[in-house]
Amino acid sequence: MNLLRTYILPRLLQWVMVVFVGITATFLIPRLSPVNPVDEMLARMTAFQSMDPDSFAAMRESTIALFGLDKSPIEQYITYWSRLLQGDLGPSFGNFPRPVSDIIATALPWTIGLLGTATAISWTSGVLLGALAGYYHNRRWAQVIERFVVVAYPIPYLIIAFVLILIFAAWLQWFPLVGGARGDPGFNWEYISSLLYFGFLPALSIVIGATAFRFIMAKSLTTTEIASDYVQYAELAAVPKRKIMLYYVARNTMLPQVTDLALSLGAIFEGALITEVVFAYPGIGFITYNAIYNGDYNVIMGVTLLSIVGIATASLLIDLLYPVFDPRVRLR
Amino acid sequence: MLTTIRDLFRFSPSFRFGSLILLVVAILVLLSAASPYEEDKLRRKVKRNQPPAANYVFGTTSQGQDVFWTLTYAIRNTLVISSIAVVIGRGIGVVLGMVSGYLGGTFDRVTQSIVESVIVIPRLPLLILIGAILRGSMTMYSLGIMIGLLDWAYPSKRYRAQVLSLREREFTHTAIFSGMSTIKIVIREHLPFIIPFMLADVISGFLFSIGIEVTLSYLGLANLDSPTIGTMIYWGNYYQSIFVGRTWVMIAPVVAAILMVLGFYLVSVGLGEYLDPRKRLVRLQAHTDDNSEASPDDADPRKEKDV
Repeated sequence: MNLLRTYILPRLLQWVMVVFVGITATFLIPRLSPVNPVDEMLARMTAFQSMDPDSFAAMRESTIALFGLDKSPIEQYITYWSRLLQGDLGPSFGNFPRPVSDIIATALPWTIGLLGTATAISWTSGVLLGALAGYYHNRRWAQVIERFVVVAYPIPYLIIAFVLILIFAAWLQWFPLVGGARGDPGFNWEYISSLLYFGFLPALSIVIGATAFRFIMAKSLTTTEIASDYVQYAELAAVPKRKIMLYYVARNTMLPQVTDLALSLGAIFEGALITEVVFAYPGIGFITYNAIYNGDYNVIMGVTLLSIVGIATASLLIDLLYPVFDPRVRLR
Repeated sequence: MLTTIRDLFRFSPSFRFGSLILLVVAILVLLSAASPYEEDKLRRKVKRNQPPAANYVFGTTSQGQDVFWTLTYAIRNTLVISSIAVVIGRGIGVVLGMVSGYLGGTFDRVTQSIVESVIVIPRLPLLILIGAILRGSMTMYSLGIMIGLLDWAYPSKRYRAQVLSLREREFTHTAIFSGMSTIKIVIREHLPFIIPFMLADVISGFLFSIGIEVTLSYLGLANLDSPTIGTMIYWGNYYQSIFVGRTWVMIAPVVAAILMVLGFYLVSVGLGEYLDPRKRLVRLQAHTDDNSEASPDDADPRKEKDV
């Protein structure tokens, strides 16, 4: 009961707060902007045809009414929430009248698959490599890994993706430039292997950046950890080094990394968005890119809302799982 | 200050290497002033799609631009955009973090819960949304302002943590008990600790802004007429340079971006080592132990403190 009050409840409140701030921001941004999205959209729609001014004005009126922009801001805000709560994100302008939620639902599994795999790989390898390199910091291989990480860490995801494309797709031609998979979707080897084949470079570009980030944190945590008394005691007691490293040091450094994963999910998600665009991987990032290209304003709105709610929920779940890993939180 | 830089240059390989890279970047930026082409008239000046050769060092683009001279402008503009973003973002972050750290109480709790929420919200989708709405009316400067307005949450949290830890230090208590005024404590006692921290933080701000500029321009959400690292990649991609094998159009901005972020990052690693007292001690001990080039003067930690 104590756990619920001191740990779970504040986190639930935090989640409500994040979702509230995020959704309010997406409501305010278009309305505060100097450019009217309706005019922008109409200009795009009527760009290749002439129209008499009266019917243009009528069209403008009806579009404003369609968005409910003729009502007071507070009424708009209430309608906005009630529509969101029903899961209604409006129709897509690019593929009218296909609902935005439908478009996102088709793309979502690709992003979740890519992001989930890349996050799992990069978190595990970053934590383990960082702990190893921190523990054996005088070894040659540890220094080589660290050099590599220091170079990879600051490079933006987009640039990593382009470097991989230039090397593996353009120069060596080992992997395809674009696409998600080949053949009919189904549980057969051909389809699954093509999934791996097409997903390799996009996943690798996220994994490199995210691993470097994790590695640097894990290494500095390990450096602090190996200075603590229990490690010296274990060393004096002739506990095998590998055992100290894996059973004690690595396990202790993992805890802050779990909390930090919740905070850094947003950054990894951004990386996935951009990677998908570069590799034309058919996920959320790619539909966002197409939406920017077509001026499909509702899809961009939908993706923004979904990513805010999605990232906040994922962070909440990680935070809620934390007591499972850390008994101290449970007993406090 | 100069002594600090000299010491960093001597003892920190990453600072040395990073500042050399930044020097190359700075030379490229300065060269943009000597460009034979004007910034807004780069197109259709040279033969299209030429591979790198003696007269076009990095080749030419499908729009008839000389890649090398475009790149000098691009690096400069990307740095201008990032500087605007850093000044705005860190400005808000420093003020908010320090005020909430010093004031504490309800103000602190309210700001903290807002900051925590803003940190979790992914910024790129929001920037894409704003960029898509403002598309067409976006300039280099508004892009910088926009990036800055979304990059203050994490810095403010870190400044607050710094202030909170400084407030608990022994010397703050001594100052309070000896009757020093709050303003004086902040300026005379705490600012010397905050400023070096700010320096490292500003660099990480540059890393973020460069990355976001490149990303947004690549998505076509910036002013595509002014050359930046991102717009160079955008146009290279637009003319499908990788598909048709004109990779030099892409390699130049990609390598330039890597050099820029790497230079900044290595310098900040060097600074970080200097700022972390534990690491500084380890380093100084290592140098007195093998005593290769360090004279005893350099190894005296008290000396560095006076700088």
